[in-house]
Amino acid sequence: YTQLLFSCQFSDSAGYVGFANLPNQVHRKSVKKGFEFTLMVVGESGLGKSTLINSLFLTDLYPERYIPGAAEKIERTVQIEASTVEIEERGVKLRLTVVDTPGYGDAINSQDCFKTIIQYIDNQFERYLHDESGLNRRHIIDNRVHCCFYFISPFGHGLKPLDVEFMKALHGKVNIVPVIAKADTLTLKERERLKRRVLDEISEHGIRIYQLPDADSDEDEEFKEQTRASIPFAVIGSNQLIEVKGKKIRGRLYPWGVVEVENPEHNDFLKLRTMLVTHMQDLQEVTQDLHYENFRSERLKRTGKPVEEEVVDKDRILQQKEAEVR
Amino acid sequence: SCAGPVESKTEAAMSELVPESRQKPVVPMKPMGINANLLGYIGIDTIIEQMRKKTMKTGFDFNIMVVGQSGLGKSTLVNTLFKSQVSRKSSGWNREEKIPKTVEIKAIGHVIEEGGVKMKLTVIDTPGFGDQINNENCWEPIEKYINEQYEKFLKEEVNIARKKRIPDTRVHCCLYFISPTGHSLRPLDLEFMKHLSKVVNIIPVIAKADTMTLEEKTEFKQRVRKELEVNGIEFYPQKEFDEDLEDKTENDKIRQESMPFAVVGSDKEYQVNGKRVLGRKTPWGIIEVENLTHCEFALLRDFVIRTHLQDLKEVTHNIHYETYRAKRLNDNGGLPPMAVETEENHESNL
Repeated sequence: YTQLLFSCQFSDSAGYVGFANLPNQVHRKSVKKGFEFTLMVVGESGLGKSTLINSLFLTDLYPERYIPGAAEKIERTVQIEASTVEIEERGVKLRLTVVDTPGYGDAINSQDCFKTIIQYIDNQFERYLHDESGLNRRHIIDNRVHCCFYFISPFGHGLKPLDVEFMKALHGKVNIVPVIAKADTLTLKERERLKRRVLDEISEHGIRIYQLPDADSDEDEEFKEQTRASIPFAVIGSNQLIEVKGKKIRGRLYPWGVVEVENPEHNDFLKLRTMLVTHMQDLQEVTQDLHYENFRSERLKRTGKPVEEEVVDKDRILQQKEAEVR
Repeated sequence: SCAGPVESKTEAAMSELVPESRQKPVVPMKPMGINANLLGYIGIDTIIEQMRKKTMKTGFDFNIMVVGQSGLGKSTLVNTLFKSQVSRKSSGWNREEKIPKTVEIKAIGHVIEEGGVKMKLTVIDTPGFGDQINNENCWEPIEKYINEQYEKFLKEEVNIARKKRIPDTRVHCCLYFISPTGHSLRPLDLEFMKHLSKVVNIIPVIAKADTMTLEEKTEFKQRVRKELEVNGIEFYPQKEFDEDLEDKTENDKIRQESMPFAVVGSDKEYQVNGKRVLGRKTPWGIIEVENLTHCEFALLRDFVIRTHLQDLKEVTHNIHYETYRAKRLNDNGGLPPMAVETEENHESNL
């Protein structure tokens, strides 16, 4: 892009203004600023969520993990645990926050288990709304959840009642991407059957999952279609490196063969990863333009005014605002 | 398996016809150390053959229940165990059916025959268990069903005009399917097994074990065993019912090393090394169900069918049923529950 910049600056052709360069400038500024992305992971214990996250981002987000026994789980409620990691690749910085929800679906009675999650998402919206309405808006931190991977069990025959209820409650608040992890449990036929079943049930219940936008003119239409057709992605994760044909790759070693994480014939891992990284921007946009705006209009309709003015004490408001400006 | 256990189970088969106490019938042995020769052959030992023939003619009942969340492979496993289409999956049940809103109890009976021996096998399925959002007390319909079978048997037993052979619908074995999360048991698993291990023989199995690598499997099994122990859950074979040292040694090994069996089921056959085997075909290899290096299905099958089948029935009859009976009698002030009705029966027989 430096070449383009160069040629634009020194172009003398008549009628050429130079604002075609704008996308590059935006791009350059974004790169300098870095990106923020919040990914929430929801699913029962033992579906391979942590392993998948580690595989996707080639990190170890959960180094000292403690796995509670069943008796402890009886007492536990759903927790929200956010871990942030800074990833840099070719000069582009990403501040990735992964929000985990341990305890989801574990209890014998899971009726209230997504209340905590809804509350968390709303709280982030609330905070953003508050910051947006404030005076100092230079450094608003966007902690809103941009994407939610919902893990469907590969052991079932389709969606469980809990899956349906969760997605119905949250499809208006966050971009839901359904994922089938531990896909090596299934033969190819079983996988197709499960995917079809899940999609049927999603449409039957009117659940709105994240839709990939249509391909831009410069994007590969066919690839986009293929990706779209693979949803929900059936993936395998692994923290282990295995030697296959002289190369060290991420995989799982069984007595009957080796499953390779990054082999498109074995699972949709690469598709999922590509989809995620090429759509981070879009996921953020949809969160902003759709989910957040919904929240905001609901919120404002309810109280009639933005958050700040609810504080009656005018002096206090003035003091607050002075402090902010400083 | 060696000759020892097989023989003792055959002896025990004799008690199939007339349920006896747990003592094995005494088989006359030649006096040790004395140089006494029996004056010719009497033929007492042919009684074993007579009993065997009788068993073959009569056949026997076996009732196995499967419990676990939807999709854990229960129906497939039962079909694999008995190498026949005996489960709910094969009798008109549509895989695309919805999860029932409450726990249902579905019993399907089949007569299967092998080597001249007839088995009336009943598979009791429990669709809906553990599948709801709120699974509180979802084991109650199951416990109720089990107790109802004991009640049925008790009523028959106390009749004045008893049937020669009381039909046995009591659950002899309950396979509990643990989800192969690789982490630990679920709260529901604990609750179920705590309640039901007191009324029925529970054999925990780890379902869809092809999800786990060898290390993951070993770790998971250890963790599950520990959890079961810590929570005082006595699965079959229960320690307190080991009869003698021989039993104890054999069962200790099973309890502490093999169980819970990590299994894979399949009703499809594939060609591997020139042989037809039951298995699952994936892009990275074929999982052979009966290959002990792949999974422990063969161990489960041998355990339930080839070595401990009769024992499962005996423990059900002599321990679980007797416990139920004693409680019923106590509740009734020491009287058999159907004292009044039997009189009516008597009258009608006149």
